[in-house]
Amino acid sequence: MAGIIGYGAYIPRNRIRVEEIAKVWGADAPSFKKGLMLEEKSVPSPDQDTITMAVEGSKRALKRAGIDPREIGAVYVGSESHPYAVKPSGTVLAEAIGATPDVHTADLEFACKAGTEGMFIALNLVRSGAVKYALAVGADTSQGAPGDALEYSAAAGAAAFLFGKERLVAEVLETYSYTTDMPDFWRREYQYYPQHGGRFTGEPAYFAHVTGAARGIMDRAGMKPADFRYVVFHQPNGKFPLRVGEMLGFSKKQIEPGWLVSKLGNTYSGSSPLGLTATLDIAAAGDMILLVSYGSGAGSDSFVIRVTERIDEVRDLAPRTRKLLDTNKVYLEYGAYAKYRRKIRKAE
Amino acid sequence: MRDVAIIGVGMTKWGELWEKSLRTIFTETALLAIADAGVDKIDSMVVGCMSSGLFVGQEHLSSLLADYLGRTPVAAARVESACSSGGLALRQGFIEVASGMSDVVLVGGVEKMTDVTGCEATYALGTAADQEYEGYHGLTFPGLYAMMAVAHMHRYGTTREQLALVAVKNHDNGSRNPLAQFPFKITVEGVLNSVLVADPLRILDCSPITDGAAAVVLCPADMARKMKKPVVRITGSGQATDTIALASRKDLTWLESTHIAAQKALAMAGRKVDEIDLFEVHDCFTIAEIMVTEALGLVEKGRGGRAVEEGLTARGGRFPVNPSGGLKAKGHPVGATGVAQAIEVVKQLRGEAGDRQVKGARRGLTQNMGGTGGSSLVHVFEAE
Amino acid sequence: MPTPSRYWREIPQRYRMEAGKCKACGFVAFPPRVVCPACGAREFVPAKLADGGKILTYTIIRVPPRPFEDQAPYAVGIAELDDGVKLTAQVVDCDFADLKVGLRVRLEFRKLSEEGEAGIIYYGYKFVPE
Repeated sequence: MAGIIGYGAYIPRNRIRVEEIAKVWGADAPSFKKGLMLEEKSVPSPDQDTITMAVEGSKRALKRAGIDPREIGAVYVGSESHPYAVKPSGTVLAEAIGATPDVHTADLEFACKAGTEGMFIALNLVRSGAVKYALAVGADTSQGAPGDALEYSAAAGAAAFLFGKERLVAEVLETYSYTTDMPDFWRREYQYYPQHGGRFTGEPAYFAHVTGAARGIMDRAGMKPADFRYVVFHQPNGKFPLRVGEMLGFSKKQIEPGWLVSKLGNTYSGSSPLGLTATLDIAAAGDMILLVSYGSGAGSDSFVIRVTERIDEVRDLAPRTRKLLDTNKVYLEYGAYAKYRRKIRKAE
Repeated sequence: MRDVAIIGVGMTKWGELWEKSLRTIFTETALLAIADAGVDKIDSMVVGCMSSGLFVGQEHLSSLLADYLGRTPVAAARVESACSSGGLALRQGFIEVASGMSDVVLVGGVEKMTDVTGCEATYALGTAADQEYEGYHGLTFPGLYAMMAVAHMHRYGTTREQLALVAVKNHDNGSRNPLAQFPFKITVEGVLNSVLVADPLRILDCSPITDGAAAVVLCPADMARKMKKPVVRITGSGQATDTIALASRKDLTWLESTHIAAQKALAMAGRKVDEIDLFEVHDCFTIAEIMVTEALGLVEKGRGGRAVEEGLTARGGRFPVNPSGGLKAKGHPVGATGVAQAIEVVKQLRGEAGDRQVKGARRGLTQNMGGTGGSSLVHVFEAE
Repeated sequence: MPTPSRYWREIPQRYRMEAGKCKACGFVAFPPRVVCPACGAREFVPAKLADGGKILTYTIIRVPPRPFEDQAPYAVGIAELDDGVKLTAQVVDCDFADLKVGLRVRLEFRKLSEEGEAGIIYYGYKFVPE
């Protein structure tokens, strides 16, 4: 059986509140807070990017896994904000954790599901016996255009998962992906900010794919919502994951531990993976977890996960995700946020 | 080895010399030194310059400056040891004359620092630190000395006011030096209220960015006596190195290279430090002067702050330090500083220091330092 | 613009804190050296620096050199790592008021600077409070 042998989360300490953004654009903060259930989001410092967060998240995953990084045979970084357009993030990560040179590396991009995409590939490489251990990271420092609805949610964070066949923290019992071509959200080459289809991103996009993947994997596994202790959905805002849970027959209690978005924002490729880390932090041996990501374009990857006894040994070898989310925070004003995110035009 | 004397000195007003290029600044001072020496020919010239490449994009100064001085094909060398390049030039000139290789050697120092922006100048100066393991992390020289200050304050209780008093003292001296870049007095309050550069150091703790040059002429002491010139001999020359990375030092509060260079120079001169009448030292930052007074042995370790508070290093004190105004008030064109220190001592020993004359001065010492003390040069001078 | 080779060759130090430990006297050289500055020996074994330590001294850079213009003010410190090696790096995620001698820090992977908008990105270690 292959599965997760270590996991790690990373969240920058900076936050900006919805009110602070709304104030600048003359928008109605209460409607964002109530309608989208967003309160604040994480913001990377100027010295943090997808690579640095991936490295720190991966170091934490390594601490929990307790393996020799030289035995990692594959490293995948899923992100839509790779610092280089050409030159991999994965090579920096592999080098920083000491996995080079006997390692396969690739950068992945699939809007918000590039993280689970890496997890899917890493898991299956381990399953096939091609590599002993594989590392997959979902990390993003995404940008929403100033004043756009996405600016209230586009956040920064990373989650890393090490896969192997021994020392399992969680077994992966089933995987399933649901994919169609869907122009709901995109960013053309050389463009700084993405564009999206507004309300079109809801029913035919997020909801159709997440329910498609969730129902598909439950069918294959012969399971129903009540069989899971926890469920983690992609969290582009607070409302969508709760609503899709309701549509599928999951309770708020099953969703709540991994529902980070109101205080974290949408960390894109890190979103559902970070929800999974927060869920593992509090899970008990034997707990079943359903993970369903969503990436515009569009697709959902789903995983049925069973937690093992080893969770109790490893969860406190690195900081818990809720602690990263709730402590050591610094609130930015829009000016500092705009500077950090390079939204201010400077002299050449 | 032959006894070596300084028979000519030349220096012009320092500051932001917008109209003048590096080559012009150097040539003017060199001509003054040659005229003061009253020599027709020079056998060789040695020029200290830290970073003409980064400051004005010009290397190969040896020949350029010989050419503009109208002295080709004279033998010429440019030497570099960061902010102690001038001191190093003096030592090389001294060795050349003492060895008998040359009789008359022109020793100069020059830096033209205002042709680049402040950020670029900070970068250029920063190249005297370990570029890969200090500069890479955004460290600057004020930052490095600030870290020495924090360590010194933490360990010895040196106070913020004591640091300020160094600047106040040196500006008081510098107010009597017409060639100084900032010939005016400042107050402790003024220092404490000036803008922060690298905590706890403020702008008035820092030596400035300066354009300037200085030159001296060396010859065998016997020749000087025959010329009936006032003879100031270089009786000791000491040089030492240390790690340039501050973190690699055993003690962040101690300037070992200065300590060793001073011991060597004093031993060569056959003098003890308390036989010296005045000191020109490398106060690139206020904390530097405090640490230098300790390394030279003027005070015990950790007592440098108290020494300035007690007036020990004032012009009329037991050990007058920086009667010229130091780097702080006189200015710090980095490659020229070590040579200008020698000029001040020569003027003092000749009794030509005007308002800032240390009475009855017969022996002087200069201490010139590169980086955070990665290199130090100490010279001892005596009047005949 | 420097060629990337200069950055590339320091990667083992900047990313993984690789040092050299003198076989003869145990001195830990960071970065690794050819000659041991403590005893003069020339044989080293690879070593990895401790990832935590305490601040020995610090400052806040308010007048930065290029290319750090947009980062100022930023804190820099020298820490003594738990293996005794002294290391210089920026101190981040730390309110300036909390900087003090003795502060416990650990090393974190961060972006140091970059070669303009189009050049390479320089990564490395910084201190963050534990």
